[in-house]
Amino acid sequence: MPNLKYAMFLGCSIPYRVASYEISSRKILQKLDIELVEMPDYNCCGLPLDPADHDVMLTLAARNLCLAEKEGLNIITLCPGCAGTLRKVNKLLKEDKHERERVNGFLKEAGLEYKGTIEVKHLMQALAEDVGLEKIKETVKKPLTNLSVAEHNGCHVVRPQKYIGFDDPEDPAILKSLIEVTGAKCLDYMDETECCGAPIVGVNDRISLALTRDKLSHMKDVKAQAVITVCPFCHMMFDTNQTRIERTFNETYGMPVLHYPQLLGLAMGFTPEELALKELRVDASKVVALI
Amino acid sequence: MTDEKKETVQKTVTKISEINLQFKNEVKKIPGGERMMLCFQCGTCTADCPIARFSDTYRPRQILRMAQLGLKDKVLSSDQLWLCAACYTCVDHCPQDVEISSVIRALKNMAVREGYMPSVFKELAGAIVETGLAYKIPELRLKRRLESGLPPLPKVDVESVARLFNRTNFAKLLEKGGDK
Repeated sequence: MPNLKYAMFLGCSIPYRVASYEISSRKILQKLDIELVEMPDYNCCGLPLDPADHDVMLTLAARNLCLAEKEGLNIITLCPGCAGTLRKVNKLLKEDKHERERVNGFLKEAGLEYKGTIEVKHLMQALAEDVGLEKIKETVKKPLTNLSVAEHNGCHVVRPQKYIGFDDPEDPAILKSLIEVTGAKCLDYMDETECCGAPIVGVNDRISLALTRDKLSHMKDVKAQAVITVCPFCHMMFDTNQTRIERTFNETYGMPVLHYPQLLGLAMGFTPEELALKELRVDASKVVALI
Repeated sequence: MTDEKKETVQKTVTKISEINLQFKNEVKKIPGGERMMLCFQCGTCTADCPIARFSDTYRPRQILRMAQLGLKDKVLSSDQLWLCAACYTCVDHCPQDVEISSVIRALKNMAVREGYMPSVFKELAGAIVETGLAYKIPELRLKRRLESGLPPLPKVDVESVARLFNRTNFAKLLEKGGDK
């Protein structure tokens, strides 16, 4: 089988504040023989402006799809927001001729035309569908058998089901199986499929913190030793904002929050330094000690 | 009767003059708003909404009902609209396939056209116009990328993005947006 090759769509929040996710993702993807082509000239996926104007979101997303079409490559993205938006718009423009013509009318202004020749996948989907669990398992050198973790999927990887069509949003199993490949145990916990609240940070911080806190307390109830995320925004809520949550609710969690590629990377035998574990706000040395 | 506290029923009077009979038709024309009138007020969206669990005021069912009735000014000026986190749980659960969060997004789009735009969106849009990305990434971060072995961040052709902002009329919207 020829090596897998994708156009890497980084989005905005990862280069802005979550380098550890990108560093660890590139490490594991390289180990899995995946070739990444940096997507030239990409812009924001469009999602942040959907509430302000739907057409500008469609056009920004479509511009990115056109750029990848020019490269002749499928897109891989680490951010569920970008993945959800690009997948949804790609599906819409492929299936709805009227919308395609309308959006192409906008794109003409930038000398572009959407053709509908590529696919978009979130990291997790590329790992599960294109690489496959078997191949990932072969790269695991140090099974993390002493570790029990809780997963947090990120809404836009799976919902809305009719547009995304990946995994079961009511009983998500794919991140769990990707975690279990590393040898770690993935625990069930209350309200597992619920949103972390990140999208309304800045609109109402109290509610968004209460949502993450609720999830953290359910994870603690089942004695999770770490949380595993696949989203820069969810990660920010659980990791960066954890001390703020502890202060606000007068509770202690001290729950390490790892990006999935950091977990897999550790199992592959990369060092914590190589996977940028130091950049995590909540100290993850408890997790490293269990390996 | 027991000495249980008598429940106070708060009656809200809706004046006919507050009702805009064409509003529902305007919403229907916006992509995502098409199925709003099919909502039969079962309340599944509110029951399953993670935000509603932690908010005393955010109730997607109520927003839908107000929009169906044509309470245009009340809905579009409401802060409640902006509490939807777009987690899409309601979209997956709605028995009428109304796409609640898409209807709410359509309402937000209309609110913006009426001049209601929370400052956070103006900031995001401003950064996209200037850099192509939703945040202005400081030079120091770009330098640190290279130091930690990451490839340089691709540069965006901001002129091409600006042309699209003009073409979709979003540029004009930004100029007048957020003045209420």
